[in-house]
Amino acid sequence: MIKNKSTERTSEKIIRFFLIFASVISILTTIGILFSILFQAIEFFQLKSFWYFISGSEWTPGQENSQFGALPIFAGTFMITVIALSVAIPVGVGSAIYMSEYASSFKRNTLKPILEILAGIPTVVYGFFASLTVAPAIVELFGSLGIDATYNSALACGIVMGVMIIPVIASLSDDVLRAVPNSQRNASLALGMTHSETIRHIIVPSAMPGIISASLLGLSKAIGETMIVVMAAGLRPNLTWNPLEDMTTVTVRIVDSLVGDQAFDSPATLSAFALGLVLFAITLLLNMLSLSQIRKFKTKYKVNTL
Amino acid sequence: MSNKTISNRSINDQGESIKNGSNPFYDPSLVGRHRSAWLFRWFTKGSIILTLSFLCFFLFDMARTAYPALMQTYVKIDVSYNEKSVKFTSKAIDKKYRKIVSRSWLRDIPKQLENQPALMGSTVQQWVLADDQVDQHKKGHHHNLKTKTLRTIDELEKQGRIELQWNGIFFTHGDSKIPENAGIFSAVVGSVLTLVVTMFVAFPLGVMTAVYLEEFARDNWLTRLIEININNLAAIPSILFGLLGLAVFINLFGMPRSSPLVGGLTLALMTLPIIIVSSRAALRSVPDSIRQAGYGLGLTRVQIVQDHVLPVAFPGILTGSIIGLAQAMGETAPLIIIGMIAFIPDAPTSIVESATVLPAQIFTWAGMPERAYVEKTAAGIVVILLILFVLNAIAIYFRKKYEVKW
Repeated sequence: MIKNKSTERTSEKIIRFFLIFASVISILTTIGILFSILFQAIEFFQLKSFWYFISGSEWTPGQENSQFGALPIFAGTFMITVIALSVAIPVGVGSAIYMSEYASSFKRNTLKPILEILAGIPTVVYGFFASLTVAPAIVELFGSLGIDATYNSALACGIVMGVMIIPVIASLSDDVLRAVPNSQRNASLALGMTHSETIRHIIVPSAMPGIISASLLGLSKAIGETMIVVMAAGLRPNLTWNPLEDMTTVTVRIVDSLVGDQAFDSPATLSAFALGLVLFAITLLLNMLSLSQIRKFKTKYKVNTL
Repeated sequence: MSNKTISNRSINDQGESIKNGSNPFYDPSLVGRHRSAWLFRWFTKGSIILTLSFLCFFLFDMARTAYPALMQTYVKIDVSYNEKSVKFTSKAIDKKYRKIVSRSWLRDIPKQLENQPALMGSTVQQWVLADDQVDQHKKGHHHNLKTKTLRTIDELEKQGRIELQWNGIFFTHGDSKIPENAGIFSAVVGSVLTLVVTMFVAFPLGVMTAVYLEEFARDNWLTRLIEININNLAAIPSILFGLLGLAVFINLFGMPRSSPLVGGLTLALMTLPIIIVSSRAALRSVPDSIRQAGYGLGLTRVQIVQDHVLPVAFPGILTGSIIGLAQAMGETAPLIIIGMIAFIPDAPTSIVESATVLPAQIFTWAGMPERAYVEKTAAGIVVILLILFVLNAIAIYFRKKYEVKW
């Protein structure tokens, strides 16, 4: 009996070791991503100036005297992201308020899976939709007003990307709004506020950290989104404020410089890793901010279900 | 804390309202308050309607674009099998039909003769696959046929020798540069191989991590690091996983580029956080009384987890894994980076051969200049959406069927 017990102890130790090993894989993945990008990016910055990379406005990778100024690329990413969020935040938060506050439980139980369908559509499909249907529609619409728009307009990408992000924002905001304690609702209603006043003045402000967290997550999704912009946005770095012109993004340039047949250690290929490093840093920062906001909400109302 | 701030604010507001009558919480006209309530309600209702109508419009648009791809045009013409037509396959048919018949069908003539040697020397009237331009003309889309060819088509049309038939080629053939010969078969096989690798790696690792974090881990720095890390990993853009795959699996480990092995491993790392999070939720929903009973009977922790907690949590774990699988299936960006957009006419037979996956095939076709590829792209999209729908339905079925209420 005693012997049996001791062998079990060793087997338990082995199993425990395997479990820890599996858990450490996820840390190794993050380290792997960081280092695989970092080393190539350092190699790139040894060839090309770092300051010109973040402040220059000429991006000419294929040419004799190639220059890598990523400002127009950042500007394009910024423009498309802003368009996407100005679609996704109002519609997403509005949908979340409807689902959590107005809809009956039956309606909510049907609406949530439908939003999940929208969230499950592969982004390559959204990209095809943007280039096949939305972009020509925008060209036609603005053409009828006498304004020229290109078939690779930032507006078409932005709108479709916004639709893609709606379920991300709606789903998380809905969870947060429902987690606001009922005592707050009841107190407000008891004071004679209407339902909508309660929502606007009490519930939404209470849930604000959660809504901000959802929006930051949406922002990080928009910046990192690849397929929609690869299929529907332009390739040309273009520094402009006009959303009807073609623009390019960080992710488009990464794909474009890695799909070609260039040598792996050429600056054109390595520039993808420099852009990847920027993307990694920005999305990591946004995720951290998003997590800290949701943690604020959780500790304030002592919710553990989110 | 929050109650205090709110009550402070309302007292201030009341104080102010006595002075200048602008209390945001009190509007003496009830009509105005109800109107703004009504407006707000319609704003929220409007946003959900907008979302739903987008989904409907989108699905309708895809179905409408994909529908013509179900059928493909065939023409009934004389084909003469002889020595000459084996050498120059275009000689097998009348000269005036050369622009009408598909090049890919003609290319197959020697193979047909190999399979049926009896055909040699005979002339057979049969249904033959038509060229993509003829197909587009028949379907009423844009085409660039010459007037001479159009006259021949009209002639055939009058004799009832041109018609639309079920497009089986789309499901049985691989990719092709000739639109009427292109299909999704090799991409589907590539997707299956890739996802098998993904699940083979991600499922055990994910479940083991979840078991460790929920059942074994003490609250120390390592546990907290792993938890923060999993949260971050879930939100890292997918394209960066592609960079990892390129730098580590291909350049460092020397695995074959474009292969389902590399693609599957890359997707596995992406799917891992999804499986971990859902498995943890499933494990957490198992009541502690089961564990306590186990301890009471003198079982070890491993025995309790293995024989009592995991079986109860298994349906939940499975549901989460299927949802993770569905997400991996639609992923394209990292696979493009590791080169899985190669032109693959024949289905791969192992995980180290070059392959493509369904979403990557859609991406390739979407970039083709020929009009005939548009409907093929949409049809590919409908196929992938149906597969995702079925996967999600299975996940929901499992959740409903095996859900235990405690």
